[in-house]
Amino acid sequence: MAKITKEKRKDGIIEASLKLFSQNGFYTTTIPDIAQKVGMSVGNFYNYFKSKDILAKELLIYISEYLGREIRAINEMDISTQEKIQKIVTMYFDVAQEKPEMIEYFLRVYLSNREVFNEGCEGVVCVSAFVTEMMLFFDDGVASGELRDQDFFSAFGLFMGYLGGMVFLHGEKILPISLEEYTDSIALNIYNALKTN
Amino acid sequence: MHSISTMHSKQTKKLSLLWLQGMSCNGNAHSFLNYTHLEKLLDSFTVLYHPILASQYTLEEVLELQLSCDVLIVEGSYNSTMYRGGVLFDTFLKHYAKNAQTIIAAGSCATYGGIFYEKDPKNSSGMIFTKEQEGGVLSNYKEKIINLPGCPIHPQWLGYVLEMVAAKKTIALDNQYRPQELFSTLAHHGCTRNEYFEWKVDADDFGKKEGCLFYNQGCRAPMTHASCNKILWNEVSSKTRIGTPCFGCTEADFPRQNLFSTKTNMSIPQDVPLGVSKRAYLSIVGIAKTFHIERLEGKLIDYKKTN
Repeated sequence: MAKITKEKRKDGIIEASLKLFSQNGFYTTTIPDIAQKVGMSVGNFYNYFKSKDILAKELLIYISEYLGREIRAINEMDISTQEKIQKIVTMYFDVAQEKPEMIEYFLRVYLSNREVFNEGCEGVVCVSAFVTEMMLFFDDGVASGELRDQDFFSAFGLFMGYLGGMVFLHGEKILPISLEEYTDSIALNIYNALKTN
Repeated sequence: MHSISTMHSKQTKKLSLLWLQGMSCNGNAHSFLNYTHLEKLLDSFTVLYHPILASQYTLEEVLELQLSCDVLIVEGSYNSTMYRGGVLFDTFLKHYAKNAQTIIAAGSCATYGGIFYEKDPKNSSGMIFTKEQEGGVLSNYKEKIINLPGCPIHPQWLGYVLEMVAAKKTIALDNQYRPQELFSTLAHHGCTRNEYFEWKVDADDFGKKEGCLFYNQGCRAPMTHASCNKILWNEVSSKTRIGTPCFGCTEADFPRQNLFSTKTNMSIPQDVPLGVSKRAYLSIVGIAKTFHIERLEGKLIDYKKTN
């Protein structure tokens, strides 16, 4: 029983710190802030994470695995690549609105504070679960003849850079309409850009 | 799994060996000459006919169909319309197959149909298989057939099988009637480039000592049943060791197209190592490629240990 409680406490820290980091920034947020938010002592916090940097890396893995599971479920569906694109865009925008801290953390903490992740999260080490599913998505799309064969990162950047950019604009409250209203046009744009000529 | 017992009735006599050729480039007959212990091996056999080795009979005499053999080696693919010396291949193949106690399909053409099947699929097959489908011309004799694919056959593999036959040993076979001792491993096993495979460092050209040939050069070793890097060719080397990709010549899908390039989908290999899920493989690849191992990025001979 004690182990389950500890796991739940750890999940609580992850959820609380994700929100604090994404709202207030990595350096502004302190361990006492996080401890206070989850209702534990600072000393007890260190029983779960040895440092703020280690927590930051764990959060990245947590987000990557979450998104990876979502995309894997789509990858395993018996549907066309165009339909998969629609579902990935829908899922990503849903997460951006329902769990905005996940995408915000990625955009505002991970991409903006690379020095925190230089050791331990080199390259794709901490985002492997997510990147692997995108690789499988592209591989299936080309193998089925629906997507044009090209360099992986050209396609990956087009897909995820586009979605990240839209979520960023959404977060800055620049978009005139809601994110979900962009879903169809963005999914179509991505498909048109990647499809076989 | 199958096995073949090579017990012969005439145990005190030398075994008679007959080498027949269907549609063939003669590559297997030539390759066999490189068997290191050929002279000693032939002490155990009477060569009735071989296209190159000194033989007891001429091809014309063999084609009179008055002989029989203990061990029949067939090289080349079966073709129902093919004649040799004025006799239909189908006729003399079946004549000698019927009474042989062991039949060896030597090389990829005899095993799966090979390149000659590609030319004339309507009339061609291997001895038991047509590509991966069972149903070749000698399917009725599969209890005494040993398949030894390879383009050409590895001389040590044929030497091993004939030594086992001469010693009256049982040879364990896999589900494609290939000796497990020789074909349970992959060509990848023993490749001197394995460290480059582990760290996903590509060979940017042929013939280089450094780099892995799997990523761009079409190497099929991680998905090919063979022992080329375990039992070296001429006891010296192998294709991958000297910088040429494995073409997967021991598999039923050989020959494929574009042998010198790896089929990729958006830079992702279409085929991944045997028995490994693509998800697992890509997870490892992404992480391995993240790290740059300086020792593996230049010529090994130039690498200086600095600490």
